Amino acid sequence: MVLPMLWVAVMSLLEAAPYGGVRWGHWTTDAYLRFFMELDLDGHWVLNTDYMAIFSRSFGLALAVVVITLGVGFPLALHIALQEESKRNHMLLWITIPFWVNLLVRTYAWILLLRNGGVIEQSLNLVGFQTGGLNILYTPLATGIGLVYAYLPFMVLPIYTSLEKMDWRLFEAALDLGATRWMALRRIVIPLAMPGIVAGCLLVFIPALGAYYIPELLGGGKQMMIGSLIQSQFGVARNWPFGSALAFALLSIVLAGMLLYTRRFKKALDT
Amino acid sequence: MTHRNTALWRFPGLGLNFGIALVFLYLPIVLLVLLSFNENNVATLWTGLSLRWYGIVFDNPNILRAAGNSMLVACVATVVSTVFAGMAALAMARRNFKGQNVISGMLGLPLLVPEIVTAVASLLFFLSLGMDLGLRTVTIAHIVFCIPFAYLPIRARLANMDPRLVEAAADLYASPGQAFRRITLPLLMPGIISGAMLAFIVSLDDFVITFFVAGPGATTLPVYIFGMVRMGITPEVNALAALLLIASMVFVGLSWWIGQRDRR
Repeated sequence: MVLPMLWVAVMSLLEAAPYGGVRWGHWTTDAYLRFFMELDLDGHWVLNTDYMAIFSRSFGLALAVVVITLGVGFPLALHIALQEESKRNHMLLWITIPFWVNLLVRTYAWILLLRNGGVIEQSLNLVGFQTGGLNILYTPLATGIGLVYAYLPFMVLPIYTSLEKMDWRLFEAALDLGATRWMALRRIVIPLAMPGIVAGCLLVFIPALGAYYIPELLGGGKQMMIGSLIQSQFGVARNWPFGSALAFALLSIVLAGMLLYTRRFKKALDT
Repeated sequence: MTHRNTALWRFPGLGLNFGIALVFLYLPIVLLVLLSFNENNVATLWTGLSLRWYGIVFDNPNILRAAGNSMLVACVATVVSTVFAGMAALAMARRNFKGQNVISGMLGLPLLVPEIVTAVASLLFFLSLGMDLGLRTVTIAHIVFCIPFAYLPIRARLANMDPRLVEAAADLYASPGQAFRRITLPLLMPGIISGAMLAFIVSLDDFVITFFVAGPGATTLPVYIFGMVRMGITPEVNALAALLLIASMVFVGLSWWIGQRDRR
């Protein structure tokens, strides 16, 4: 597992052969340079922001997905954690069952819902809204919906775990001392649930950033994302070093995030 | 934990949020199953009940071959990765050695790395070893990424096991092999089963890694569906997707049932 990862790092430092593959022994950082620049016709490097635009678009989308799943997921986890013990496991099960269905199948189901003439449009027409063409499918909005749908359980579960472990008497004490419920929530519950919240954010952010087929199917591949870009370097473009460099950049971002997380919450993880 | 006085911390809107979330989570799934029984040629235009598309799915030799590939890869990957994971878990529990944390971190790596990075890494690795892409590479890749999924439940079960039981067996003149077969293995069984089931379903579901390392002849079911969806939305895809959905539901139900039975 680690060996292939190192391999990617090595590959990313090699020169591309014209028809795919790499030329051994030709070490170069061209692949990383290509990320920011491109060779113009005279053979000079000029600034090129296309790939940065793709990365920032993927980042923005992943971030938006994290914010939305957090906004929905935290109340969900709180609701479950506040139930009586016997009900909690069942509610958790209901949240996680869809997660076991093949993600590709679930993504496909969203196509049926969102497309023009699809289920949502038909039902809107039925109640009297004549929308004529919703035009949601094949937009970033559709990709966002798909990603939120796919990764919502990843947000709920860690937050629930940390809320579950919490000593709720602290909350009661805050109320006794005259705090309102919202104040107690903000000052007691949320700080104590922080490890779970951050873990959930990471667990959503990482796959959302590298997602390949949700943007491809729901976004129609019109707006390039990191995942599609990496795939295209191995498919159509046949530029292995550049593809490897992209994959390695993605990997480094993820590992850096994980490292920061374990540093920051080492204590909470040990207990 | 004691019964919580829920009246104290009732936040308005939580229940509503829960309800909406459940609808959001289940609506696509339920609709997909309903629409798979649609008789019309247009996938989302309901005209009547029919099993016609299921018949077409079962008549398509390409689908059957892809399903066969999926099953074959999943079965092999499950068995091999569970054996590896079991041995790894035992080795990790038995002794404390240097670098243990590093190794457990490495075992968990595939869980954290974005799938597409794993896919690229596997592809480059196979190609530079000069292996032809095909079912063999798909199976090897699946074994590798299934190991952590099989490992975690086994490790968890092992951590809860009382080591004195094995010592007691040794005191009663059991050979190490006997003690393992009669004591450790039966006690580990629930962990092994849930690990194997997890590995199986993860392997069956995988698309991205398979898509990268499969050659032309080694199409699995998810890869096939992806190709079909790209070509266009047809009722045939509905039926196939619904079949896959029902299969995974049955599988989850089964594993949940086994888990419940073991707990008693």
